[in-house]
Amino acid sequence: MTPSPDLVVQTDQLSKIFRVGFWGKRVTVVEGLNLDVRRGEVFGFLGPNGAGKTTTLKMLMGLIYPTSGQAWLFGKDLGDPQSKARLGFLPESPYFYDYLTSREFLRFYGHLFGLWGAALDKRIDELLELVGMTPAKDLQLRKFSKGMLQRVGIAQALINDPELVVLDEPMSGLDPIGRKEVRDLILRLKESGKTVLFSSHILHDAEVLCDRVAMILKGRLVACGRVTDLLDEGASHPVELVVDRLTQEGLAHLRPLADKVVVQGDRILIVLKSQQQVGAALEIVRAAKACLVSLNPQKGSLEDLFIREVEGHRSSTER
Amino acid sequence: MKILSIALNTFRENLRDKLLYNLLVFALLMIGSSVILSRLTLGEFHRLILDLGLGSINFFGILIAIFVGIGLVSKEIEKKTIYTIVSKPVARYQFLLGKYLGLTITLFVNTVVMALGLLVVLSAQAVPIEGLLFKALALIFVEFMVIMAAALLFSTFTSATLSAIFTLALYVIGHLTADLKTAGAKMDDLSRGLLNGLYYLLPNLERFNLKGHVVHHLEVSGSDLLLIVAYGGAYTAFLLFLASLIFHRRDFR
Ligand SMILES: Nc1ncnc2c1ncn2[C@@H]1O[C@H](COP(=O)(O)OP(=O)(O)OP(=O)(O)O)[C@@H](O)[C@H]1O
Ligand SMILES: [Mg+2]
Repeated sequence: MTPSPDLVVQTDQLSKIFRVGFWGKRVTVVEGLNLDVRRGEVFGFLGPNGAGKTTTLKMLMGLIYPTSGQAWLFGKDLGDPQSKARLGFLPESPYFYDYLTSREFLRFYGHLFGLWGAALDKRIDELLELVGMTPAKDLQLRKFSKGMLQRVGIAQALINDPELVVLDEPMSGLDPIGRKEVRDLILRLKESGKTVLFSSHILHDAEVLCDRVAMILKGRLVACGRVTDLLDEGASHPVELVVDRLTQEGLAHLRPLADKVVVQGDRILIVLKSQQQVGAALEIVRAAKACLVSLNPQKGSLEDLFIREVEGHRSSTER
Repeated sequence: MKILSIALNTFRENLRDKLLYNLLVFALLMIGSSVILSRLTLGEFHRLILDLGLGSINFFGILIAIFVGIGLVSKEIEKKTIYTIVSKPVARYQFLLGKYLGLTITLFVNTVVMALGLLVVLSAQAVPIEGLLFKALALIFVEFMVIMAAALLFSTFTSATLSAIFTLALYVIGHLTADLKTAGAKMDDLSRGLLNGLYYLLPNLERFNLKGHVVHHLEVSGSDLLLIVAYGGAYTAFLLFLASLIFHRRDFR
């Protein structure tokens, strides 16, 4: 297989087997993974704990070597210095040089990209501002909290103004405000034409941010595509209808259309099986002169898909 | 340039490490205390001061070389700081050489401080200072360079504890290699071949020891000195090359 120049990240049957324990028992952590991340998109890499997300990203970053299969960044083999120069990486729960202040730390990392002097200092000030770390700029990193380290870690990943930003669990360890800031940051990166690849098990973030997502389970790809497509896949979505003061007779007519009925005093919640029932249901409500409170299509969420995949996998392995 | 940046960062990190200062203080105390000992023994204070002084510098330098050396890379892997470095446009061998150079700078500064301590003691006791002393100090430092490279090599493939043990073992055997050859001479062909092989493979660290020369005022020629330095340099390069090879292949996990 030859790499396509339009893809920022591309993998072909990427696999990793770890040898663990005294006897070198083989554990397959990533298996036959095919991924492609296009220029300018925000790509979410999802999966439960231990699915192999970090392992995959570490292979892409040249920290561990694939057991088999291939991968390319910017159409070049992994480890190519030119593609590394266009890359920014935030590892999972980052930990940095204890005795450096955030400024010294960022300056050191700038040097590794050949950045020096006033231009670098300016870039550092911008980045510290961007991640909200300006007040702690002269504090040694060992005095930082987890969330503060995460923020300096993000600044570090952006020091070279990279075209591709790879973030392993960028929201972990952050408070709700921090999370929102990171979400905004990712959107801003996308606006300025960067490609963002991030891993997460917080599905809400992925749903809001990503153009496309890939979901892996036990090292295998189980779903990949646009978020909306994945959510629409094969689903006729239920619709939630809430009415007040519905007569007993009206309710009796509605029951056959409904999946579920919940009566709470005057208020009744009815979950219709699908969109097709909406017209008929509204007719009944009008005829019964009841008061319509709300009508909500129940969009599926990535969460549902995630749970469905995990459970599907579990039952298929049990069989 | 990248190697130098990594070296300077390592040096800065080392400077803020308390272990180093503790060792340095001990070394200076040791060098200073030789003054008391030399008063106790009648005659030959000069001999004793020189012997003890150079011995302390050697001992504490080796301690620093081993204990900082083994952590140089393994700590970076353990703390995952290496993840952000290796994903930047830095080749693995550059990282390794940078770390090595950083420790070399650290140990050089330490050696200079200890040597100054010794010079102060010597002049306070009115011991004549000969050029030979500086040659001995230079070779002590060359030995440090070999030991640091060995510590680095071991730490690229084993745990910190095992690296320390291996390096220490290499240090001890390295001072006994001459005995390997003499022992071999009395044995059968196979054992002799084996011991001779070891003799040439292991570093002959006794070569770097000029304490006896200093104490007994036996001059060492410039060309001999150069040869020994070249030997140390070549051996260090060999160890670093092996370390880079191993480091290049390993997974950081
Ligand atoms: N160094 C290692 N040696 C052996 N097995 C490992 C190693 N690192 C990870 N694994 C195993 O590989 C699997 C995947 O781990 P990985 O860290 O890639 O998961 P993840 O998707 O990032 O999970 P999380 O969401 O918890 O971060 C796990 O089962 C883990 O036990
Ligand atoms: Mg992970």
